[in-house]
Amino acid sequence: MAASDRTVLQFSSSSASLSAKVHPLVVFNICDCYVRRPDQADRVIGTLLGSVLPDGTVDIRNSYAVPHNESIEQVALDIEYHHNMLISHQKVNPKEIIVGWYSTGLGVTGGSALIHEFYSREVQNPIHLTVDTGFTNGAGTIKAYVSNNLSLGERQIAAQFQEIPLDLRMVEAERIGFDMLKATAVDKIPSDLEGMEASMQHLLVLIDDIYKYVDDVVEGRVPPDNKIGRYISNAVGSLPKVSPSVFDKLVNDSLQDHLLLLYLSSITRTQLSLAEKLNTAAQIL
Amino acid sequence: MAATTARSFLQVAATEEAAPPLRVVQIEGLVILKIIKHCKDHSPSLVTGQLLGLDVGSVLEVTNCFPFPMREEDEEIEADGANYQLEMMRCLREVNVDNNTVGWYQSTLLGSFQTVELIETFMNYQENIRRCVCIIYDPSRADQGVLALKALKLSDSFMELYRSNNFTGEKLREKNLSWVDIFEEIPIKVSNSALISAFMTELEPDTPVTQCDYDRLQLSTSSLMERNMEFLIECMDDLSLEQQKFQFYYRSLSRQQAQQQAWLQKRRAENMARKAAGEEPLPEEDPSNPVFKPLPEPSRLESFLITNQISNYCNQINGVSGQSFNRLYLMKALHED
Repeated sequence: MAASDRTVLQFSSSSASLSAKVHPLVVFNICDCYVRRPDQADRVIGTLLGSVLPDGTVDIRNSYAVPHNESIEQVALDIEYHHNMLISHQKVNPKEIIVGWYSTGLGVTGGSALIHEFYSREVQNPIHLTVDTGFTNGAGTIKAYVSNNLSLGERQIAAQFQEIPLDLRMVEAERIGFDMLKATAVDKIPSDLEGMEASMQHLLVLIDDIYKYVDDVVEGRVPPDNKIGRYISNAVGSLPKVSPSVFDKLVNDSLQDHLLLLYLSSITRTQLSLAEKLNTAAQIL
Repeated sequence: MAATTARSFLQVAATEEAAPPLRVVQIEGLVILKIIKHCKDHSPSLVTGQLLGLDVGSVLEVTNCFPFPMREEDEEIEADGANYQLEMMRCLREVNVDNNTVGWYQSTLLGSFQTVELIETFMNYQENIRRCVCIIYDPSRADQGVLALKALKLSDSFMELYRSNNFTGEKLREKNLSWVDIFEEIPIKVSNSALISAFMTELEPDTPVTQCDYDRLQLSTSSLMERNMEFLIECMDDLSLEQQKFQFYYRSLSRQQAQQQAWLQKRRAENMARKAAGEEPLPEEDPSNPVFKPLPEPSRLESFLITNQISNYCNQINGVSGQSFNRLYLMKALHED
């Protein structure tokens, strides 16, 4: 009867706490491989390398593309290439292991399930990353999925791809300076002083904004927000309260130290040019 | 006719086009990120890697790179290293990455990279590739918010001199070569494909202040300066050692000349005596006499390299001091309110 035949659709334990973190290098790599793909391929597939952090987050740090052939019926992946690249990469970074695979294009297709199964033979619970290089929704979406197997009793019916939270904060890229990585061409790398100037201008802009905000609140144009007010008072309060004379002394001492160092380095350079002249100009007649 | 066209083609193929001098190195953002990641992961040990790209006119484009594994000083690992390189190049070619080596990159510690090994590696590469460049990255300065990336090339005049392995004073004066002429720094341009810029613009909104700014505005630079000074002092010690070698050489040279003069005088006196006695005068030179043995002049290469390093440190100190001055004055202005 129906009742006895009915078996419960079982979900295997969902890894609800799993989340992934992507380093900017991976995005760059994927875009570069996409731009270089062979003409007949529609999308690019590759392996993700990284490590699993102690709190369960998967840290995706590197990637490489794997040549593949895709048609309506089947998908073929160059497994030997994949293993070769893995061995080569591990010679440099033995700590990076396979954590999943990526493909370009929005959404998960049928062929992806097969590839995902292949990768799940390599590592437990691989992450599938999709990078939408086509900008279909007007935005470049990057999503990460893990797959859960839906089984009916003993039989596996389907694999459900469940999206997991993805941390795309690009802290490293920020450190370099986004202007360099965002523009299509930058003429030269900013030197120390130019970078300093840029940072100071940023600071100035921030301070101006805060000034305007406080003015607005005082005049009643903008409703006051307690949290922001508290932040501002914290920031202002964190300036050390020293008397002007002590502060001046501190600053002057620092200035003198740096001047001393500058003087030393200029002396060294003079010494160098002198030594140079003496060495090569000396002639024994 | 076929013969004449074949000859003219051969003529065309045989004429070498004058290579325009290298003016700019164009690096992709991807390569910069890879270099930074590799150097940072393995710091403080020094790492190297290979650069791949294209050589176009006066621009050297670097489009990809791969790191070298750490090599122990072992003979059998040499073959492994070469195998690794071939394997990587083959795999990268399959995914349409430019397969052309254009140089190598290495990480350094506070700018102490001018060594003889660097020059030798350059010469090795130069034999195979017409134009190669070395990119130096200093991961320790990233804490200061500075991207310390430099592209270097050996100057042509220096390369010729090195090949003849002759670093005596006269040769150098002849070529008018001083220690600034050894390395040439080439300006770097960064380029990114449109897709990547689109992604970056998408993923990171324009925050007014970035981590980079925080790093730059930090007040404490003393540890960096201290290390710089330490290295500078060590280098000065090395330089003074080299100077002493030169002094010793000059002193022994002048002593030898004095001895030569004395011997010559004796010979002349003898010859006078012989002439008076009617005998054959002895030759005025005697190459077998140890007094006449030419002393080898010590090579100036080491001192040049050390000088380069010292100037590098000085430059760095100047740069950091300049930044600190800015910061201090900023703090002062802020505090006055």
